[in-house]
Amino acid sequence: MDKFVCLEGLVAPLDRANVDTDAIIPKQFLKSIQRSGFGPNLFDEWRYLDAGEPGKEDSLRRLNPAFVLNQPRYQGAQILLTRQNFGCGSSREHAPWALLDFGFRALIGESFADIFFNNCFKNGILPIVLPAAEIDALFVLVEATPGCRLVVDLEQQQLRCPDGRVLSFVVDSFRRECLLNGWDDIGLTLRHADLIRAFEDKRRIEQPWLFA
Amino acid sequence: MPQTLYEKLWQDHLVHQQADGTALIYIDRHLVHEVTSPQAFEGLKLAGRKPWRVSSIVATADHNTPTDHWDRGIEDPISRLQVETLDANIRAVGALAYFPFRDPRQGIVHVVGPESGATLPGMTVVCGDSHTSTHGAFACMAHGIGTSEVEHVLATQCLLQKQSKTMLLQVDGRLARGVTAKDLALAIIARIGTAGGTGHAIEFAGSTIRGLSMEGRMTLCNMAIEAGARLGLVAVDEVTIDYLRGRPFAPKGAQWEQAVAAWRGLHSDADARFDRVVEITAEDIRPQVTWGTSPEMVVPVDACVPDPANEADPVRREGMERALRYMGLSPRQPIREIRLDKIFIGSCTNSRIEDLRAAAAVVQGRKVASNIRLALVVPGSGLVKRQAEREGLDEIFLAAGFEWREPGCSMCLAMNADRLEAGERCASTSNRNFEGRQGAGGRTHLVSPEMAAAAAIAGHFCDVGELLGRKEKG
Ligand code: SF4
Repeated sequence: MDKFVCLEGLVAPLDRANVDTDAIIPKQFLKSIQRSGFGPNLFDEWRYLDAGEPGKEDSLRRLNPAFVLNQPRYQGAQILLTRQNFGCGSSREHAPWALLDFGFRALIGESFADIFFNNCFKNGILPIVLPAAEIDALFVLVEATPGCRLVVDLEQQQLRCPDGRVLSFVVDSFRRECLLNGWDDIGLTLRHADLIRAFEDKRRIEQPWLFA
Repeated sequence: MPQTLYEKLWQDHLVHQQADGTALIYIDRHLVHEVTSPQAFEGLKLAGRKPWRVSSIVATADHNTPTDHWDRGIEDPISRLQVETLDANIRAVGALAYFPFRDPRQGIVHVVGPESGATLPGMTVVCGDSHTSTHGAFACMAHGIGTSEVEHVLATQCLLQKQSKTMLLQVDGRLARGVTAKDLALAIIARIGTAGGTGHAIEFAGSTIRGLSMEGRMTLCNMAIEAGARLGLVAVDEVTIDYLRGRPFAPKGAQWEQAVAAWRGLHSDADARFDRVVEITAEDIRPQVTWGTSPEMVVPVDACVPDPANEADPVRREGMERALRYMGLSPRQPIREIRLDKIFIGSCTNSRIEDLRAAAAVVQGRKVASNIRLALVVPGSGLVKRQAEREGLDEIFLAAGFEWREPGCSMCLAMNADRLEAGERCASTSNRNFEGRQGAGGRTHLVSPEMAAAAAIAGHFCDVGELLGRKEKG
């Protein structure tokens, strides 16, 4: 996993609540057995005017000019600003894979759905939760400031705005460590292999029916 | 200290806890399907790691598999590759059980697990699928995980977790005629919202829940994720134990007795404290129909589509307006006047034998309305299908004009050929009415199996309670 320490990047606003993972990456693209290549189909049904299918050449498709990520001012955005309950619905990790492949490294919202939130950290994406009033203010700022860039500083747990405002956020300490260092969870867990084995042996004796 | 059921399950699976509360939780059962596992097996291989305990794995192919013409195999080459990749991975590592495409016991992973007895009380159950919450009906700590976590469980038999908060959903009273566990689930989501359960484990308790069958409890826990909760729970009682007795992977003989004794302790203590309590009166609930593109956009069948003009919050108002545009509905339109194009009875929410019986009882002796282009019944598993056929339910559906299909996820998410075309409107017993969920541009209304059956007959929504009443009088 790539480290995440500090990022300075362009912000794109997606002013909707309850953006679900079906919208982030529609089901037909889940047939892939790869982890990459999902970026062109991020928000597929909103981004394009015609229906997308795996194998179709996306660069030849008609873009929906009304969709925010298609506007010239947001090209190259690395930070996505959104509302409540982003990433609800299906557990598909293809959603963070698609966001990452498109170029997003940080998400800022009022709340995120549990499984999606978790999946982000496994892929080096930082989801930041802020109170509603601060989210409102950020939407105003981003709309009003062409080329609005934010500094996302995970080390300091700070968001620095171009107008000098500094917002602080909190990330669970273990997840923060993992992101800052780009650690692989599995490797960390396997350091406890002896504990897992001992737990399992005890369980096998106490509740043998679980090991049939 | 008195404990909630969730706290007991957490304690029982705790391998190790760090100072910040992050814990290593042991996983008893790992359910695997073709869509969310290939990258995990690949990752394992690339890192040169071996699966920790393959006897925890129960696998099946369900999302991509066709529901008709099984003799032709899987015609879509990309779907076929995904299913073949699962075959190859399971063949290479092994499993407690594998129900491949066309196996008589193949089906939706959340139907197959419980019916085979692979889901047992007190287990941790995970799957790369959000509706793993279904298994909480058996007092299991069961939740969906992403593909990286699938790999983590394969490699370590554990997950890194933080303890959730607890919510008690206390439901008391009797559900009215034609009101089901599905209506209860939708009414709960209407009450607490799709993010209402975020960060919580919801325990469903009260006399109404005790009165539900295991199928009903599974429907309810299945929808817990739509309320934002990662997991739903119901305590063990005689209904649970009766359901499990004699299932292929349930313990036998002396071990059964030993297990049952342990399972009887799987309930919250009388004075356990919950972080949040919500009380619901069963008598207040009417059959529910969603009108929008989120499960919380739901009203009783005798109500009208709400008017965004009455919504004070601007983000919500805009969400409602967008949903109405997508759904092709206008404010204040009576739900009963919404005419339908397709009917889907299936999915891990409502495709078990009891669901099919209830739908068949509505359909019996009637015909699907002429405006319905396609009415599908897709049983949750091969075993459900054969049971239904033994009871003659297939004939009831076929005589009415329904199609009777092979098991799988089907039009719940339309990864196979079963889907809505743009603009088509469907009464569906599945769990998600998101934009494009059942096909790009498709319009989904979530309902119970009885309500879907009644809508098929009427051609539009109607109160199934009334329809059943008329049937008895007539
Ligand atoms: S039936 Fe639908 S919700 Fe259930 S596992 Fe299949 S796709 Fe997911």
